[in-house]
Amino acid sequence: MGRYVIRRLLQMVPVFLGTTLLIFVMVYALGDPVAAMFGDRAPDPATAAMIRHQLYLDHPLWQQYLHYMGNIFQGDFGTAFDGQPVTQLMGSAFPVTLRLTLVAFAIEGLFGIGLGLFAGLRRGRLADTGVLGFTLLMISIPVFVIGYLLQYFVAVKWQLANPAVADGAPFGDLILPGVVLAGVSLAYVARLTRTSVAENSRADYIRTAVAKGMPRRRVTTIHLLRNSLIPVVTYLGTDIGNLMAGAIVTERIFNVKGVGFQLYQGILRQNPPTVVGFVTILVLIFLLANLLVDLLYAVLDPRIRYA
Amino acid sequence: MRGAKSATMVIGAIAIALTATACGGGSSSGGAEDGVVRAWWGDPQNPLEPANTNETNGGKVLDMIFSDLKEYNPKDGQAQNASAESITSSDQQTFTIKLKPGLKFSDGTPVTANSFVDAWNYGALLTNAQKDASFFSNIEGFDQVHPDKGQPTAKTMSGLKVVDNLTFTVKLTQKFSSWPDSLGYDAFAPLPKSFFSDHAKWLQQPVGNGPYKIESYTKGQSMKLVPNPYYTGDEKPKNKGVLLKVYTDENTAYADLQAGNLDVYEYVPASDISHAKSDMAGRYFNAPTGINQTISFPLNQKSWGASGMNKVRQGISMAIDRDSITKKIFQGTRTPATDFTSQVLGSAGGYSTDVCGDYCKYDPAKAKELIKEGGGIPGGKFTISYNADSGSHKEWVDAVCNSINNALGGQVCLGNPVGTFADFRNQITQKQMINPFRAGWQMDYPLIDDFLQPLYTTDASSNDSHYSNPDFDKLISQAESEPDKAKSVALYQQAEKLLVNDMPAIPLWYQNTPVVWSSRVSNVTVNPFSYPVYYNITVKG
Repeated sequence: MGRYVIRRLLQMVPVFLGTTLLIFVMVYALGDPVAAMFGDRAPDPATAAMIRHQLYLDHPLWQQYLHYMGNIFQGDFGTAFDGQPVTQLMGSAFPVTLRLTLVAFAIEGLFGIGLGLFAGLRRGRLADTGVLGFTLLMISIPVFVIGYLLQYFVAVKWQLANPAVADGAPFGDLILPGVVLAGVSLAYVARLTRTSVAENSRADYIRTAVAKGMPRRRVTTIHLLRNSLIPVVTYLGTDIGNLMAGAIVTERIFNVKGVGFQLYQGILRQNPPTVVGFVTILVLIFLLANLLVDLLYAVLDPRIRYA
Repeated sequence: MRGAKSATMVIGAIAIALTATACGGGSSSGGAEDGVVRAWWGDPQNPLEPANTNETNGGKVLDMIFSDLKEYNPKDGQAQNASAESITSSDQQTFTIKLKPGLKFSDGTPVTANSFVDAWNYGALLTNAQKDASFFSNIEGFDQVHPDKGQPTAKTMSGLKVVDNLTFTVKLTQKFSSWPDSLGYDAFAPLPKSFFSDHAKWLQQPVGNGPYKIESYTKGQSMKLVPNPYYTGDEKPKNKGVLLKVYTDENTAYADLQAGNLDVYEYVPASDISHAKSDMAGRYFNAPTGINQTISFPLNQKSWGASGMNKVRQGISMAIDRDSITKKIFQGTRTPATDFTSQVLGSAGGYSTDVCGDYCKYDPAKAKELIKEGGGIPGGKFTISYNADSGSHKEWVDAVCNSINNALGGQVCLGNPVGTFADFRNQITQKQMINPFRAGWQMDYPLIDDFLQPLYTTDASSNDSHYSNPDFDKLISQAESEPDKAKSVALYQQAEKLLVNDMPAIPLWYQNTPVVWSSRVSNVTVNPFSYPVYYNITVKG
């Protein structure tokens, strides 16, 4: 298993190089960012040239990329246009987004699996139809609609929570955005769990377990749920990356100063170091989450072994 | 067994991650501090150096922490001496500036003539790459510290001379009588010694000589300002401080104000204006601001720049129903334009309600006639370019085009979104625009010169239309050297009449600043630069 993990970690190196290059080229393709720094005033050519020089923008793309990569290996991720080092931005943004992700993830896992199990065990009955209808609704409404609606009703009208997350992102403030962020994934998790549970409840080993006279509770949690969770865990694992990267809309609505906020600013101001740095870290998180999922398979199903 | 063991490890790892991130978060600051105004803010684009800040988010802070030689009266925009005791000149070219004695920065160090001269030299020096460097370009010696090509040959401008601790002289490259009135712009702020000795530290927490000082600054999140104990000027704060909170979404800020977590918000989106008046129970004000918007024509292109085409441009102007668009799209947060300047100048300052005359009024019949006289729209149809990434320009550009199409009949005008603001500006400055495009101008200082000289004189820094008219240039230059204010303004307006005739850009409307505030605060007003006048705001309880 150790060798397997090392092999997987080594595979991340080319992925890391590939993504940085791709994102770098994409941000570069957006054009020269210097003109936008001057607002509606035409930049004075000498100042613009000096800024380009200081930002290393007066070199061809491949040299810029090598320069950027060279700096990364010395721990320097470059600076945003307001003079802040990108590493500092990451230091403030990632913990915030991670907290939001954890809240969303907990909501998604708990309610998603719970609803799925509930529906799966009552297949074809009213409860099942209800859950299916609810998840369909969640999937079909865009995130920003749910976001603004919940913000208006829960926070402004009924004053149950704050409409914007305070500095430092306390967990209490993150529940509302967490619900919004988790919404769609929750629906998918519920549906996956439901299908899997419904299918497995007719499996031979369940019938055997029931026939042996095992308590219903034990049959459901140990035999049925654990075997049904494999597709769900796969989905949850990949969803960690999605939640972290996909929080842009939610973070914007609830004024969370996380990864989404920094990425949005970076793209709007066309600042390659910010965008490339953050996306690269997101890709790494995505890869690590996938590795974790693969390792979890072995936990859920002892038949799966890695060598 | 194996499985169970791994499961414990996974749960353990998650638990560690949870506690680690829990420690990372600070305490909540949702509650209101006694006497402190909580105000809306956007993340400044640049480091907060005076000569490097050219947008309103940074400008708002600089306005609070600096007291320039002159400050603009928040009511009528008149320049009044602030740090300056007097600014005199006998020839409108060399100015002697005397400072008030005993002024101090918020770190206790004195404000001297050197604080200004060093700051201006820093702002102008090319290698410092300051975005507002061009504001010093009319000081003698600017060419040496900021050459168009190559390295600077001097570090300081020869036109700046320190006479004594509180006096310095400025020599301009040419006569400019209203130059002292431009000195309220942030780029002309004085800087303390610490700016030069420990630049990085200064940027973390800028130090100025204004009514407020920065107590704490978390970049991208918030800034806490408290009254500066060393400040002795007229703008003494009537509250215990201001907390600027960064918001990324306009609707969120409005929701936060409704929920009682924000006190002052001056960026209310047009979609919320219609119900803001009732939501806020009268705590709403639509303040005129020194911003105007135009549709500019690329006169460098033969299709639009040929002689006689001015009639077509005038015709298009008359095909735009400004009244309906400002009411329906902007909910009154724009006022139809009647000249090329802004309402905030006041009639004494050069604002006019009739310079543009009928050419800025909706008249479909006359519009058709003029366009026909001018030879028709090039190619029979045209587009209006705008940047699609910010500012929600799509709505009004589409409305303008609809108005033109209705007036002229048929599909003549179409909006043309450009992906990013940078790309949009690049197309303009590199003369790649072949069709009209939207343009906006926010004044640097409330002078009529700032609405005409940088935009329409030949090869000026923001002459996006690439308009050139020797008569216009001559009138502007005459107006700049005219010492008598009334005569000078008359000359500017004479020049403006040429603009109406040539119509290099169509004046659309003046922008207003819609401000709302919570019941916790009162005395909320907005200055002509779209900043709330923070020092006047009082907090209840």
